[in-house]
Amino acid sequence: MSYRVVHYINQFFANIGGEEMAHVEPELRDGFVGPGMALNNVWKGEAEIVKTVVCGDSYFAEHEAAAKEKILGWVKEIKPDFFIAGPAFNAGRYGYACSTIACAVQDELGIPVLTGMYEENPGADLKNKILIVATSNSAAGMRKAAPTMAALALKIMKGEKIGASCQEGYMPNGIRKNFFEKEIGAKRAVDMLVNKLNDKPFTTEYPMPSFDRVAPNPALKDLSKATIALCTSGGIVPKGNPDHIESSSASHYGEYDITGVDDLTPDKYETAHGGYDPVYANEDPDRVLPVDVMREFEREGKIGKLHNKFYTTVGNGTAVASAKAFACEYAQKLREAGVHAVIMTST
Amino acid sequence: MKLELGFTQINDIQFSKECKVDNGTLYVDPEAVKAFMYGDDDVKAWVKDFTFDVARPGESVRITPVKDVIEPRVKVEGPGGVFPGVISKVDTVGSGKTHVLRGMAVVTAGKIVGFQEGIIDMSGPGADYTPFSKLNNFVVVAEPMDGYQDNKHEYEHAVRIAGLRAATFIGELARDLTPDETETFETYGIKEGIEKLPGLPRVAYVHMLQSQGLLHDTYVYGVDAKRTLTTILYPTETMDGAIISGNCVSACDKNTTYHHENNPVVKSLFEAHGKTLNYVCNIITNENVYLADKQRSSDWTAKLCRLLDLDGVIVSQEGFGNPDTDLIMNTKKIELQGVKTTIITDEYAGQDGKSQSLADADPLADAVVTGGNANEVIILPKMDKVIGMLDYVDVIAGGHAGSLRPDGSIEAELQVITGATNEMGFNCLSAR
Repeated sequence: MSYRVVHYINQFFANIGGEEMAHVEPELRDGFVGPGMALNNVWKGEAEIVKTVVCGDSYFAEHEAAAKEKILGWVKEIKPDFFIAGPAFNAGRYGYACSTIACAVQDELGIPVLTGMYEENPGADLKNKILIVATSNSAAGMRKAAPTMAALALKIMKGEKIGASCQEGYMPNGIRKNFFEKEIGAKRAVDMLVNKLNDKPFTTEYPMPSFDRVAPNPALKDLSKATIALCTSGGIVPKGNPDHIESSSASHYGEYDITGVDDLTPDKYETAHGGYDPVYANEDPDRVLPVDVMREFEREGKIGKLHNKFYTTVGNGTAVASAKAFACEYAQKLREAGVHAVIMTST
Repeated sequence: MKLELGFTQINDIQFSKECKVDNGTLYVDPEAVKAFMYGDDDVKAWVKDFTFDVARPGESVRITPVKDVIEPRVKVEGPGGVFPGVISKVDTVGSGKTHVLRGMAVVTAGKIVGFQEGIIDMSGPGADYTPFSKLNNFVVVAEPMDGYQDNKHEYEHAVRIAGLRAATFIGELARDLTPDETETFETYGIKEGIEKLPGLPRVAYVHMLQSQGLLHDTYVYGVDAKRTLTTILYPTETMDGAIISGNCVSACDKNTTYHHENNPVVKSLFEAHGKTLNYVCNIITNENVYLADKQRSSDWTAKLCRLLDLDGVIVSQEGFGNPDTDLIMNTKKIELQGVKTTIITDEYAGQDGKSQSLADADPLADAVVTGGNANEVIILPKMDKVIGMLDYVDVIAGGHAGSLRPDGSIEAELQVITGATNEMGFNCLSAR
């Protein structure tokens, strides 16, 4: 039994016509049309295009809701194993249509999808939502694009593990995947540097992220009335680490009550952090989470009071996304508890 | 400076009363190694006992917790001896001749002192990620004296010295061998290099050394790197053990002493030396925890790059998170001196791979090589034999409560595997 596939193409690839025919409404045809043949050829019967949706690019752009409704209705009825769109190369409206309809099929019908286009095609904006194979900027690239798309599509249909973007040919989609290169990292680094020195093109293996910098809030006007909380990524936890916060790559944070605690002593507290020399923090956990000093300030009236709970996790090897999620959650708790400010210690 | 390395391939290790290398097999008497290790007072003071084992490629063996991996070498010509300032006197090494027992290593393992020691699997999926699964490993398991928990720095030091002494003892067996293969490495003085290799871009290796404290330290000629200023080395000095590891960080991106002796950036730069570039020197710089130290060290790195009139550098990081700051400071400042950079790092993109991979970033770091995402999860099947102990699998960096499963298999992040995402670029593992 072969996998059943629906293919989406535009009026040009269906041989209806160019720009002058871009207004045509969606139609459903049996079997493959145009570039679908190239896909079928690679699949050699393991998968097959059962229906082809043809739609004019202008029609899709100008009547997106109607086009989507109609096409989704067909696909829902056909119940294919896979939905493939394009490739659209550098045709902007076609690329937009391919990505948009593929995304809708994936999200609304739960059917796996794939499309392909040139990296600068506006449709590629959706590359973090759906898999998009990177193609050349003209239809001359069909000979290369079709086998890449067909092979990746078949892997997905078979439920096989998908490799890294550079292996499978899809555009980097924000999900980092490990794989083994042919050369060791040091050799790759030397080759990359030699290219850079000679003004030859080179491709970084990790494009720098745009860094999330948080501007601090304005300073508190009167500390003597403020409730201040202590939080840390330095891993200070009650002795024995009751919530099993990981020594690296923490999956959660801890919330601990320090009502009546004047000083973090080594018999009751320790660090769970695996990324720094723990000896000094274990000798005196106040070095990382300064409860003793805050209590002094409290007694002296320098601060209103120390919040009775502290929030803690391990920063070591913990993904930025995880850290952000922890903080979003406990910041809400702090806010609800009427905390005015937080001292966040790191290590 | 010119160094000749003479390699003898070791294909097997056998325990024997007689210590020798014969026809590719190392015969070694564990009692003799033990006696040599106990020749050091600190080892005597802190290590109650040693046990020994051999782990060979392809065997169903797991070694954990691993502290260091060391390749036995011996200096046969030229000044100094291996591991200068630690085992040998502090003479400048890196010239003359050194014999290497290739295809084997001394691995130190045993009871944990922090969180970070790693796992080496000799077969199965984990073996693909550690270079040490391909070696014949002479494993030394140390058992601490009572009370070591309150003297962790001393105990770590003792185990480190013990490993180096074991490697020195075994390396000595290579002294009179005729190597299977020899290779010569030479870099020139500044002016000499420009005259000999006119027109080639002048490139150095900025080698960042982890120096954050217990189990995060590196030693250069015996000096704790956190007490050093950025300085320069001849690349061949590293081949004689001028830099040693006291460092487990997360095991995956820990530079073991073996990595320092066989630094792949040094190797790759020598391969290109005289062809596409002129390899000038190594610049070593630390990764301290204080901001002032970070600023000073990265200032000095950039200053030396300019002073040496370099065209480009490779920067290798060690560790992650906090050292990402050092990496980016170095890279940015070097680029602003007009010296081009390529950097080698690894990633902490989360188990799902969806997070930002580094804790610091700058657009000037536009040429990056990655050793892979250390958060990726791997299942390590049960092995027939464990050298060391599985007691710590749940708490080492990369493990979690329940990592060690009832059937003896381990579910953990790649972090737990010694050398898996090495940032000297030792491996082929990468990510996109």
